[in-house]
Amino acid sequence: MGAGHDHSHDPHTAAPAHGRALRLGIGGPVGSGKTALTAALCRTLRDELDLAVVTNDIYTTEDADFLRRNAVLDDDRITAVRTGACPHTAIRDDISANLDAVEALEERHPGLDLIIVESGGDNLTALFSQGLADRQIFVLDVAGGDDVPRKGGLGVAAADLLVVNKTDLAPLVGSDLDMMARDSARVRGGKPVAFTSLREQPGAPEVAGWVRAVLHEARHHDHAHA
Amino acid sequence: MNASLLLLADSRLPAGGHAHSGGVEPAVTAGAVRDVEGLAGFLRGRLATSGLVAAALAAAACAHAAAGEAAGEAAAGERAWERLDAEADARTPSPAQRQAARAQGRSLLRAARTTWPHPALDALAATTREPHHPLVLGAAAAAAGGTPLDAAAITASAAITGPASAAVRLLGLDPLAVHRVLAALSADVDATAAEAAADAAADPLDWTALPAASAPVLDLYAELHHGADLRLFES
Repeated sequence: MGAGHDHSHDPHTAAPAHGRALRLGIGGPVGSGKTALTAALCRTLRDELDLAVVTNDIYTTEDADFLRRNAVLDDDRITAVRTGACPHTAIRDDISANLDAVEALEERHPGLDLIIVESGGDNLTALFSQGLADRQIFVLDVAGGDDVPRKGGLGVAAADLLVVNKTDLAPLVGSDLDMMARDSARVRGGKPVAFTSLREQPGAPEVAGWVRAVLHEARHHDHAHA
Repeated sequence: MNASLLLLADSRLPAGGHAHSGGVEPAVTAGAVRDVEGLAGFLRGRLATSGLVAAALAAAACAHAAAGEAAGEAAAGERAWERLDAEADARTPSPAQRQAARAQGRSLLRAARTTWPHPALDALAATTREPHHPLVLGAAAAAAGGTPLDAAAITASAAITGPASAAVRLLGLDPLAVHRVLAALSADVDATAAEAAADAAADPLDWTALPAASAPVLDLYAELHHGADLRLFES
């Protein structure tokens, strides 16, 4: 562990977006609720922010289709990227396809405030490149095992916000939320954790509030350096 | 080959190649490639057709980029880039393959301009935002200090290593066995590169005479793949 957990080197302390849309990565294991969270954020924020989404589907355009079907945004604000069986490569080692998608959205919609890049379902080591995402959220769910925060991993430890989703299932699957909170706090060095149930709160108000704060900080930073 | 060219040839160069299978995914879907032996046949065919064509285009692009630099008139060469790009289009009948080649060209152009800033790459970017991939590879090879033969060798090699890596992922093939196949094809890669470089050097001003070998089945696969519901790779 050691140096990897020394957050004095956290690359995400400075605000990022210099006169362009903020790029927010959303990663996490398969089935944890990344697409549902993306849809919730779109619904909650689309009236106050100029928004677009890039999805990284593993095998189909399922996630992009879900977002279109649910009409969370206009079709031309949603782009699907294929990742050649390596979802983590597309957000970390070789971000070309995602950068192309982000740039195309920025050209089509010059006033964008926020572009959400939703990663394909992956493992606990997935992490967005600083060249692609200014900020990143990692999404776990309580049914995936309440020992996951303790095990850590790049996503759980380093994401700017950790979301523990599907808390409504905790009693059914015997997950200990208090333990998940303690373990998360320990591996994350004080960075925020949000416990959510999109079933109970479909608008994901806590996560949306965090996104607003991050955007506010980025704009403030821009003005201070203008 | 210098260290800069080794970087250009390295599959770890972040230029978007990992999301393209070079037609191997639709070949696997169609049942045409099921094992290492089938893959070897696929790679031989690809090298002799689209591999040769791409290598010749890359060699021509490399020579043109180097000549422009020598003459100090890279900007004046934009019309020439346009012509070479049209030659690439003429040798790529499948719209899906054109799209894939241009998407990869765009990604490589971004990577190359950051990694090896060079007036030829700027001139190419000024011509079109999405040049054909071999043109960018050739110009990048010149920017990295390579010869047309180097450009052809890197391009011919990539024509088989990309699909081989995709096949390992798609079929769970033994990666060591696949590398043995790649090693066995090395002499063919060298011969293809030499032929491509010679074709490009034959008449540096007449690109219409560059090889135009075609692989109709690859064209068909590319079109089928583009419309497929389930696919892991862009192409």
